[in-house]
Amino acid sequence: MTAIVSLRNVKKSYLRGKQKVEVLHGVDLEIQSGEFLALMGPSGSGKTTMLNLIAGLDQPTSGEVSVRDQRIDKLSRGALAEWRSRNIGFIFQFYNLLPVLTAEANVEVPLLLTNLSRAQRRQRVQTALQLVGLGDRVKHKPNELSGGQQQRVAIARAVVADPTLLVCDEPTGDLDRQSAEEIMNLLQALNRTQGKTIVMVTHDPKAAEYASRELHLDKGQLAQGVDARSVA
Amino acid sequence: MKYFSLIWAGLWRKRTRTVFTMLSVVVAFLLFGLLQGFNQGFHTLESNQDLDRLYITAKSNMTDGLPIAHLSRIKSVPGVKAVSHWTYFGGFYQNAKDPVPAFATDVDGLFAVYKEMKVKPEYLDAMRKTRNGALISEAIAKARGWKVGDRVPIGTSIWTKKDGGSTWDFEIVGTFDASRYGQGFPGFYMNYTYFDETSAFGHGVIHYYLVSIVDPHQAQQISRQIDALFANSSFETQTQTESAMVLQALKQLGDLSFIANSIVGAVMFTLLFLTANTMMQSVRERTSELAVLKTLGFSDGKVLLLVLTEALVLCLFAAAMGLLVSSAVFSSPPMKAMFGNPHMPAIVIGMGAAIALLLSFASGLPPAWRARQLNIVDALAGR
Repeated sequence: MTAIVSLRNVKKSYLRGKQKVEVLHGVDLEIQSGEFLALMGPSGSGKTTMLNLIAGLDQPTSGEVSVRDQRIDKLSRGALAEWRSRNIGFIFQFYNLLPVLTAEANVEVPLLLTNLSRAQRRQRVQTALQLVGLGDRVKHKPNELSGGQQQRVAIARAVVADPTLLVCDEPTGDLDRQSAEEIMNLLQALNRTQGKTIVMVTHDPKAAEYASRELHLDKGQLAQGVDARSVA
Repeated sequence: MKYFSLIWAGLWRKRTRTVFTMLSVVVAFLLFGLLQGFNQGFHTLESNQDLDRLYITAKSNMTDGLPIAHLSRIKSVPGVKAVSHWTYFGGFYQNAKDPVPAFATDVDGLFAVYKEMKVKPEYLDAMRKTRNGALISEAIAKARGWKVGDRVPIGTSIWTKKDGGSTWDFEIVGTFDASRYGQGFPGFYMNYTYFDETSAFGHGVIHYYLVSIVDPHQAQQISRQIDALFANSSFETQTQTESAMVLQALKQLGDLSFIANSIVGAVMFTLLFLTANTMMQSVRERTSELAVLKTLGFSDGKVLLLVLTEALVLCLFAAAMGLLVSSAVFSSPPMKAMFGNPHMPAIVIGMGAAIALLLSFASGLPPAWRARQLNIVDALAGR
C-alpha cells in the first residue's frame, strides 16, 4: 500500500483572545490508500483540528500536509476549495444537510461544481442514494427523514463525486445504537468494497472497532503504542 | 443556471419573511411608478398643450376681465389665425357642491381655435340658432345622463340675471368630443351673446382671449405685440402660451417633481435598510449551511455570487411586479380621463429597473461579503 496522506511535523496553534494555544505539537502521520483510520482521544486533544488539516479546511502553523503527494498546506484559499471539491468527501456529526433541499438535491450539491450534465448528475445521485439504501427517499427533505437516514444522505453526498478521501467527524455521535451500527456498516462497506480511504474522528470505541487502524491523540500528540490492526 | 436550485431554496428558506419583503418592494416600486408616472404625465400634459395657442388675460388679474372690444384689434395682429374667448360662469347643478365647468363663448371662434375638438356641424348650427343653447362635452353628457333636447337649470354664485335670479336655463343642443384635452378641459359652453344680454352686470367683458397663431415659433413675438397693443391702457393684457399657463397652474400645486422625488427617495432609502436587513438575517441564519457549501468546495467568490444573486432575484422580481402593477393602474380609465391616453413612460420603467439593480447590490453586497469572508472551521464549530 502507498501513503495517500502524509503529515510531517505538523504544528497548529490558535490565538484565543491574546493567548496563543498550541493544539498540535509536531504530528507525524501516514495514512495508506484504502485504509480506514479511527482517530480517538479526549475532547480538546486536537482530533478535529487534525481532521480539518487533512481535509484542507484549515492550514497548519508549520509542517507539511500532503495528500496524494500534493502539498495542500501551500495552496491558496481558492485552490484549496477546488481541491476539496475533487478530493474530499465530508461526513459530519450533525449531518449538515441543507434543510430546504430534497435528499437528491442535497446529494447533487458537490456535483454542481463539476462539468457533468444535468442528466449525468441525476444518474450519479440516483446511484449514490441507492448505494446508501435510500433510493425510495429521493424527494424527502431532511426534516422528513430520521437521523440515520439523514446521515445516509450525507454519506451519499460525500461519495457522489468519487473523492480520494472520506473524512468523518463523529459520524455516529448523534445517532442511537442501531442507526450508529448501520452507518458504521455502511462506511466499512464503502471502505472494503469501494476501496475508499476513510479518516474518522470518534469518541465511540464501538465505532472505532469498524476501522482497520486506531490512533489515539492526546494533548496534541499521537500516543505511543497505538493499536494497529490489519484490514480483515 | 445549475445553481438556481440553491438560490431559489435560499430565497424561500423563510417563506413568510421573503413574501413580506417582496411585498414591501412591490409596494415601494408601485409607489415609485405611480409618482414618477404622474410626474411624467403632468409633463406630457404640459407638452401636449399647443404652442400655437395663446391665452390673454387682464394683466392685473384674470377676474378683472378684458373688454370684448379688444377682439378685433387682436385679430388684426399679423400671424393671428383665429380668436375666441371664455368667460368663467362659476356654474353648478342644483347645489353649489356639484360644479359644472361652464363658460360663455363664441362657439365658432372656439372650434376654430381648438382644432382637435370634434363637433357635428348640425350641433354647431343649432347652437347658432338657439339663444340659450348649450354645447356639452360627451364626457359630461355621459356622466350626468344629459342628452340633446334636455333643458337644464345651471346655478351660478357670480352672475345674477337682470330679473334678479341666479339660475340660468339652458337647452342642450349638441355634444362635442374634447377627450384629446383630458378631464380638466371645460365641457359646458353657452352663447356669449345670451350671457351678455341676460346678465345684470359685467357687460362687454370677457375673462380669456383664446388665440391660435400661424407659426408656433412666433409665439413669443406675437405675445409681445399683443401686450404692446394695450400697454398703458386701462386694460393691459398678459399674453402667454397655453403650455406656460398650464405650467403656471401646475406650479400652484407645488413642485411636483420635487415632491415625487422626495417621497420616492425616502421610500427607497427605507427599503434599502429593510432588504439589507432581511438578507443579513438570512445569511446569519445560514452560517453553517454556507460553511458546508464552502467545505464541499464552493469558493469564496461563488458563495458571494450565490447570496448576491438571491438579493438580485428578490429585488428585481418584486420591482418588476410593482412597476407592472403601476403600469396597469396608469392605463386605467380614471387615469385616461385625467391625462388623455397615458402610457407608463419608458423612462420611468428604465429608472425603476436601474434603482432596483442599485438596491439589489446595495442591500445584497454586505451580507454577500460577510458570507464570502466566512471561516469554515469557526462557522462549523458555531463560533
